Amino acid sequence: MSKKECVGMLLAGGEGKRLGLLTKDLAKPAVPFGGKYRIIDFTLSNCANSGIHTVGVLTQYSPLDLNKHIGIGKPWDLDRQADGVSILSPYTAKEGGSWYSGTADAIYQNIHFIDRYDPEYILVISGDHIYQMNYQKLLKYHKEQEADATISVMEVPWDEASRFGILNTTDDLRIYEFDEKPAKPKNNLASMGIYIFNWKSLRSYLMEDAKNPTSSHDFGKDIIPAMVDDERRLFAYQFEGYWKDVGTVQSYWEANMDLLEMDEMVSLNNREWRTYSHDSNYPPQYINGNTNITNSYINSGCWIRGTVDRSILFENVEVDSKSTVRQSILHPRVKVGENSVIERAIIKEDTVVPPNSYICTPEGEEPYVIDNENVGIVTVK
Amino acid sequence: MESMMGLINLEHEHDFLNELTYFRCGAAVPFAGRYRLIDFTLSNMVRSNVQDIAIFTRNKYRSLMDHLGTGADWELDRRHGGLFILPPDWNDPTDISKGDLSHFHNNRDYFNRGKSNYVIVSGSQYLSNADYSDAFDYHLERGADVTLVTTRVDELGPEHDPCLRINQDDQGWVSDITNERSNPHVFTGVYIIKKSLMLDLVDECIAHHKDHFFIHGVKENLEKLNIQTFEQTGYSAFINSIESFYRHNMNLLNPENYRELFYQNAFIKTKISNEPPTKYQDISEVKDSLLANGCEINGEVENSVLFRGVVVKPGAKVINSVIMQRCTIEEGVHLENVILDKDVTVTEGQTFIGSHEKPFVVAKRTVMS
Repeated sequence: MSKKECVGMLLAGGEGKRLGLLTKDLAKPAVPFGGKYRIIDFTLSNCANSGIHTVGVLTQYSPLDLNKHIGIGKPWDLDRQADGVSILSPYTAKEGGSWYSGTADAIYQNIHFIDRYDPEYILVISGDHIYQMNYQKLLKYHKEQEADATISVMEVPWDEASRFGILNTTDDLRIYEFDEKPAKPKNNLASMGIYIFNWKSLRSYLMEDAKNPTSSHDFGKDIIPAMVDDERRLFAYQFEGYWKDVGTVQSYWEANMDLLEMDEMVSLNNREWRTYSHDSNYPPQYINGNTNITNSYINSGCWIRGTVDRSILFENVEVDSKSTVRQSILHPRVKVGENSVIERAIIKEDTVVPPNSYICTPEGEEPYVIDNENVGIVTVK
Repeated sequence: MESMMGLINLEHEHDFLNELTYFRCGAAVPFAGRYRLIDFTLSNMVRSNVQDIAIFTRNKYRSLMDHLGTGADWELDRRHGGLFILPPDWNDPTDISKGDLSHFHNNRDYFNRGKSNYVIVSGSQYLSNADYSDAFDYHLERGADVTLVTTRVDELGPEHDPCLRINQDDQGWVSDITNERSNPHVFTGVYIIKKSLMLDLVDECIAHHKDHFFIHGVKENLEKLNIQTFEQTGYSAFINSIESFYRHNMNLLNPENYRELFYQNAFIKTKISNEPPTKYQDISEVKDSLLANGCEINGEVENSVLFRGVVVKPGAKVINSVIMQRCTIEEGVHLENVILDKDVTVTEGQTFIGSHEKPFVVAKRTVMS
């Protein structure tokens, strides 16, 4: 194989337990997002737009839809001959095999994949974050600092800092300490789970870590602290822009709403930084009669006869007359019967909401996630 | 199992759409928010298990080729067969063929190499959502030489004037093909014929200096050939004038027509785009309209068809209009009965009103100020 300067490793194996029903039979990165996309499209598009053309996607939990979605990488122009996208699932070999037991273990088990490209650098990213970032800038910074590892960070409000992995740095952003969810944060630079490593250096740390039976084989918990202990050159790269980890139903809902409110921060319509995905062959959306649609994203094949406000509708959704959908996310092919109200809810694909339904998440509660099984239970009117 | 290979013959289609066909052939004219006319025929053929499709094209085919590419979006990027776009570039010094027969003569290899024994021929101006497998089964079952796909039209209009009409005997065999305008049994331009017979008729036509395969090869041989018809139902349209183009775009705003054309069989396929979903802003008022993806709506849209990436700014009004890809309608603009081709910008405060019978048409990339 020809040599590549930088290989991307995209972690996409997480179960996403806190997403509840959304990940019932779907890997978290494959959860529908933004009216047309899946969560992983944002990272894959970042790779495509940043010229990272060698990407290994590490999948593990319920990978069917995810694998089918990625396919040979065509929507992201990653269907290439010498490199492109490779789906890396756990495997067995001569010496046996096992599931990926942690983020670092997933990379460790695919050392042979990376070695094929003999790269200088490794970019480690996650398939469950919503952000638009040029990895070339991160790589350039990494080279300028002559770092062993560079971690992308964001400034978070001080009162929230204890919810994140915090990096304590010197004035020149060199990292001297990693604090996972500190009770008393000394800094407010949170790790975004985006790393660049010198491959030679990371490779030896992964080999060491694999030998350690007490390790959890995690980048944040094991690899980074070990590098800090050895006083390797670790730097923080300050990212300014929109970034969100969609780990919970609440943050999933918020991130979708952010698309509607924060267009200048994270835009689906940015011609310079496009977000790619598969396109369906549904006909144009049909707006029928006296509707009222405001502040919403609506995909093709939709048929709208009711009111839609601050909502995101995926392809082929129907909203019948005298119905209102507010602050909600309707996955593909959801049908909302007439005279219904849906407020601050997430309706899973193919759900049929019967006429006269009332699905409203009470103030202060996590948005309801509705599918065909529970649609009858919550719709009291 | 017998199969058909496809031929979309654009040779005799004229540039009938004025401004819309200044820079493109009729087959490449945008329609219904996200399609080009040729998508309908192409999708119908693909769905009927036709795996080789050739397109005979004469001129202004740049945008057609750009649209079709390798045919991947119709699943026609095949190791064997697939899509063949065949523009006229041939230098056979012994060639005496004329009209569309030159295409048949110079592209004989396409037919010889194809494995199918039957050919389905179509133009691009007849739009429907059909599966021709039934017509093919019928063709084989009846042992016909040629099967014409036809439709019965309740309300004949000017769009049907150029169409041929069919008379049959009580066995269904075609007794006459005419231009009789009051006959509601209309030939759609789609027909099935055995490949070997077609090539024989091509030779005969060329030998007699003919220039139109269907007219001279099939219609004039009516006595010798056994010709059947297969009648198609459901919403269909002939697009052969600005008037019919406009009217059929508007007709799709009727829910029944919309369902019949888009959901009756499988989807009509078109070139895949990468537009985000359409964004409705704080103050948008949309009523009875079709909108493709990637639009940004801030104003008022009523009874209109908006293609991909159209921007309607606050205070603008778009009524009874067809607005093609990436047009920008600025603040306070009022459009009524208007067709805007791609990339048109209408600057602030302008008003353009056409009539329902004669919509106001604006050519590609115009800035209207």
